[in-house]
Amino acid sequence: MELKRVVVTGLGAITPLGITVSEYWDGLVNGVSGAAPITRFDASKFKTKFACEVKGYHPDQYFDRKEGRKMDLFSQFAVIVADQAVQDARLDDESLNKDRIGVIWGSGIGGLRTFQEECVAFANGDGTPRFNPFFIPKMIADISAGHISIKYGFRGPNFVTVSACASATNALIDSFNYIRLGMADVIMSGGSEAAVTEAGVGGFNALKALSERNDSPETASRPFDKDRDGFVLGEGAAAIVLEEYEHAKARGAKIYAEIIGGGMSADAYHITAPHPDGLGARNVMQNALKDAGIKPEEVDYINVHGTSTPLGDVGESKAIEHVFGEHAYNLNISSTKSMTGHLLGAAGAIEAVASILAIQNGIVPPTINHFTDDEEFNPKLNFTFNQAQKRDVNIALSNTFGFGGHNTSVIFRKFVD
Amino acid sequence: MSEIAEKVRAIIIDKLGVEESEVTPEASFTNDLGADSLDTVELIMEFEKEFNVSIPDDQAENIATVGQAISYLEEHAK
Repeated sequence: MELKRVVVTGLGAITPLGITVSEYWDGLVNGVSGAAPITRFDASKFKTKFACEVKGYHPDQYFDRKEGRKMDLFSQFAVIVADQAVQDARLDDESLNKDRIGVIWGSGIGGLRTFQEECVAFANGDGTPRFNPFFIPKMIADISAGHISIKYGFRGPNFVTVSACASATNALIDSFNYIRLGMADVIMSGGSEAAVTEAGVGGFNALKALSERNDSPETASRPFDKDRDGFVLGEGAAAIVLEEYEHAKARGAKIYAEIIGGGMSADAYHITAPHPDGLGARNVMQNALKDAGIKPEEVDYINVHGTSTPLGDVGESKAIEHVFGEHAYNLNISSTKSMTGHLLGAAGAIEAVASILAIQNGIVPPTINHFTDDEEFNPKLNFTFNQAQKRDVNIALSNTFGFGGHNTSVIFRKFVD
Repeated sequence: MSEIAEKVRAIIIDKLGVEESEVTPEASFTNDLGADSLDTVELIMEFEKEFNVSIPDDQAENIATVGQAISYLEEHAK
């Protein structure tokens, strides 16, 4: 059977750089850091006291109290960005067949704050179980997709992918596959995460995964810098509306870009450490290129996973050199996590938006906070350090990798009829 | 109005996000105040916590209106 073409027709974002897509993009091209001292709880006893929180967020601006109270923050973010994308893609059109519109979302963790608060309340009680009836439906990761479908009446395929920090890219690839197989016309994809809680920061601190540069939060996320010391936890969400091309064309939808390939692989190596030579990263990019039917030389920009951890950045850069050969040195590479921090299961969503907007605007957002070269990285690689670069981006590839050894890559191309 | 009735009404306003004027004695949680089955469970739990009582399920089923909640709690609250 002939596979259908799939295009991007709507975007939404709420990130540490702003509460709309345009604020997010402005922050990216201007090299703004979203890191600051933690405000969501008292972090004074924690090894890491900063994070990339969404600033100035008040649920009352988006939800009535009863509605907001029944959603964990990660679901609130999901509904907000889905709403932006619904408006952007004009999916609030009564003539659309809602049975053919799905929601495939990504979240690595789900409602961590809800889980933490309910367990703490039980532990502080006399042993009588007084769990809130909304505890489970607030906490489970899949409820985000459920809320979006209920709000807009989207009755097509509906689920959430869970693969830690690769979750949202898995959601995009699944959405792409269902549409190109003809199983849906439109899918609201994306991801959301809200793990800046005591359990989230404490848990990642125990893994020694987080930067502890408390004296300079805004320079802490420094992928590919010699003095990188871990990732900076972020929160937020992004939505990407994927739509079958003929369907989009027939209704005159605005088209941002085309999604042309997805790749998946596993390291099969260690629960949290990446493969030292980037074996899984190498395979996943090759799988994505093969799926897209393009040569490595056709890629202009790679939005890397690049979390700013000592090991992860090395494996990924080795994998890029292996897969792209000499062309690796013509690529623009950047880690936008240097600005947004690491949004875990939502990373693939906000980074897909960055990749799509790089194509649309002809600008590659930078890897900020580069101070000192590290001999681990080939100086011929262009990491787009510190300053955005103008470049006609025809094809962009976005990598995300998750604890468990899950690897995902997705490829977008400038749309040509 | 009794102190219990005041507290019951405050809990209902808070949890169901309704206006004070809607919380009349005859108002049904589900038919008039927009509660679904989970909201009703949550309300009962809040009453138990606030008034330090344990409301058995078979009796909770008979608490469907604001007035019924107030009468039950005026009778059973410690």
